[in-house]
Amino acid sequence: MLLIDCPYCGAARPEIEFRHGGEAHVARPRDPSALDDAAWAEFLYFRANPKGLAAERWRHVAGCGRFFNAIRDTVSDRFVCTYPAGEPRPDVESASVGASA
Amino acid sequence: MPSVMTKPVARPRGPLDGRALPRGEDFRLAVSPAAGRILLRGDAAVAARASAAFGAPLPTRSGAVGARSDRAALWLGPDEWLLIAEGEAPAEIIAPLSAALADRAHSLVDVSQRQIGLDVVGPNAARALTAGCPLDLSLAAFPVGTATRTLLAKSEIVLWRRAPEHFRVEVWRSFADYVASYLSEAARRAPRAGGFA
Repeated sequence: MLLIDCPYCGAARPEIEFRHGGEAHVARPRDPSALDDAAWAEFLYFRANPKGLAAERWRHVAGCGRFFNAIRDTVSDRFVCTYPAGEPRPDVESASVGASA
Repeated sequence: MPSVMTKPVARPRGPLDGRALPRGEDFRLAVSPAAGRILLRGDAAVAARASAAFGAPLPTRSGAVGARSDRAALWLGPDEWLLIAEGEAPAEIIAPLSAALADRAHSLVDVSQRQIGLDVVGPNAARALTAGCPLDLSLAAFPVGTATRTLLAKSEIVLWRRAPEHFRVEVWRSFADYVASYLSEAARRAPRAGGFA
């Protein structure tokens, strides 16, 4: 079973306690009424879906219940790192696929 | 029929009332005594003040339990605690807490009837729980005095190790029958006592 490090529990916990929460760092526009439909649709519906490292929201739903962010490799399903919600995306772009977490 | 209506005494019916639970040497399952259960949410300052008002320390370390006599505070999240007071009415716990926390943002929710406690006892207790719980329940990884929210098969539970061979499972009452059946069956199929180093 895949283990995920919960930054709030401070421990590696089994994957089935977690839920995926979509792409991380998608900021809601400050003034939605100032946007045209295309820009609003871009915010609502369009996500990056990269092949490789992706920043994602995860929730430790059957644990501490908290949302946090994780950098996950979408090719190998390996979690490179996890960090509390609200913190900027750590610079792990240099971490090559196949390097140990 | 009496001519004067008398006030009925509220005695909640338990989800496992009248049900035969395993009472073996290696594995025993019993419904825990009635308790007041409160979910407290708030920041670190709330926790510090609540510790004094509740009578048991609210832990700040993940998975820790602050217990004193028959009161216990279980860490569920960085701003969430489950307070259990055996044999007490929830109002008796809430009153001093809300007085002590009056001027700070917090939430106190009475969940006494939402869930029941199950005492899972015996040399086979950890083995039976492991049949459905993904955590490592060895004494080294999950020592006495550890509590966490986790899963037991398809049900969310709060698991608290009170002694090496005594676990307390807090389960929502609609899942109680499922969890009791699952543990009974797991224990029946794992007759070998002990098991974890």
